[in-house]
Amino acid sequence: MQKFANPHVFVKLATAILPYVWALTAILFVIGLYGALVTSPPDYQQGETVRIIYVHVPASWLALMIYSLMAVFSAVALIFRHPLADAAAKSAAPIGAVFCFLALFTGSVWGKPMWGTWWVWDARLTSMFVLMLLYLGYIAIWRAIDDPHRAASIAAIVALVGAINVPIVKYSVDWWNTLHQPASVFRMSGSTIDKSMLWPLLVMALAYTMLFVALHLVALRGEVFLRKIRNRRLAEVRNK
Amino acid sequence: MNSVTALLMRELRLGTRQGGLGTAIGFLLALIVLVPLSLGPDLALLSRIAPGIMWLGLLLAVLLTSEQIFQQDFEDGSLDLMTMTATPFELIVLAKALAHWFTVGLPLALLAPPLGLMLNIDATQLPTIWAAMLLGSLALSMLAAIGGAVTAGLRRGSLLVSLLILPLYVPVLIFGIAASTSSLAPDTSLPSFAILLAIAMMTLVISPLACAAALKAYLR
Repeated sequence: MQKFANPHVFVKLATAILPYVWALTAILFVIGLYGALVTSPPDYQQGETVRIIYVHVPASWLALMIYSLMAVFSAVALIFRHPLADAAAKSAAPIGAVFCFLALFTGSVWGKPMWGTWWVWDARLTSMFVLMLLYLGYIAIWRAIDDPHRAASIAAIVALVGAINVPIVKYSVDWWNTLHQPASVFRMSGSTIDKSMLWPLLVMALAYTMLFVALHLVALRGEVFLRKIRNRRLAEVRNK
Repeated sequence: MNSVTALLMRELRLGTRQGGLGTAIGFLLALIVLVPLSLGPDLALLSRIAPGIMWLGLLLAVLLTSEQIFQQDFEDGSLDLMTMTATPFELIVLAKALAHWFTVGLPLALLAPPLGLMLNIDATQLPTIWAAMLLGSLALSMLAAIGGAVTAGLRRGSLLVSLLILPLYVPVLIFGIAASTSSLAPDTSLPSFAILLAIAMMTLVISPLACAAALKAYLR
């Protein structure tokens, strides 16, 4: 693991596997979308609008997963001071923010025909909204601090404090107000979704995950390049 | 321990002399005037939303004074010296955050509920709101300290502090409001107070760690 975390090795490796990751992402999207749009049945109550689930639910899973990943990267960056860990957290944040926005946006589009309103102050919507703010705050702190090493430590602290807060926010808003349906895919008593709808959903979730992996590899590689450029420029100034 | 009490006394003196509290009270009053102007002078409506408005005022006032916790000592180099003492830096930071609570959070928590009478707050609710705000303001001050520490080295950090810290205020606000209005629904009273206390205790532990780490990153 340590070997692959060397920035130089990482760039080589990322460049080598990226085409395959993109290909896998495309294949998964084709299968998932075919299942979502063609083979899965319309809902007996919601009709065709239920198909929004295939883009909505994976986006919210990813938004949560990416924030947890950022917290792990940040902890590694703080504890082991590994240069790639903070770059990984930094480059994951905008992607996570976009997934979070997608989840909110598709949820809003779905909410209009189902609940009759674009937005309700329901617990899950509120906690996703707060998650979005945490993403924005994290991105803002990176932008506000010029020195990258300092920014890395501060941003890692911000991410970790936010990560501690996410479950608390979730339970407090649950307690506060609930209209959204409860989780129906992952639960102890087994999924309550019919198989014809479950498999496209899971394939879409995989497709989204692979999309994130591909985007993250590209972003992280770009971040490594940016730092190299910065170091070269600093070296040039020093040599003059 | 002596140095920590000495530091706490210094911070309290500074805090009371710098007049952050007066400005914060002025802010609260200004907010109170704006509420009926923006929502209309309907007394029934005002009475219903008054606890929420007072909480919002408390929360924003504590947030807006977060800069004064570390900024000056950071700029004049006092914090640099404090990191070199034998006292753990986390304790020093905790003393400074506590001083902020004593000089801003706590007085505002005591003042805000009676000021709510201007918004036709239900007077029988006052004791519960006081109790809830006492606990809540401690958590608010501790979280504000994180905001102050994370932006200590930045020129104009106040907007950024709001973006970073307001999401962290969500649980405090939810349970603070629940506890404040619990005289209307007595069964929810004890759990809300218990959770509010738990949040306050948790921030008391997390905040010094986070603040010390952030300040050290700036001082390095």
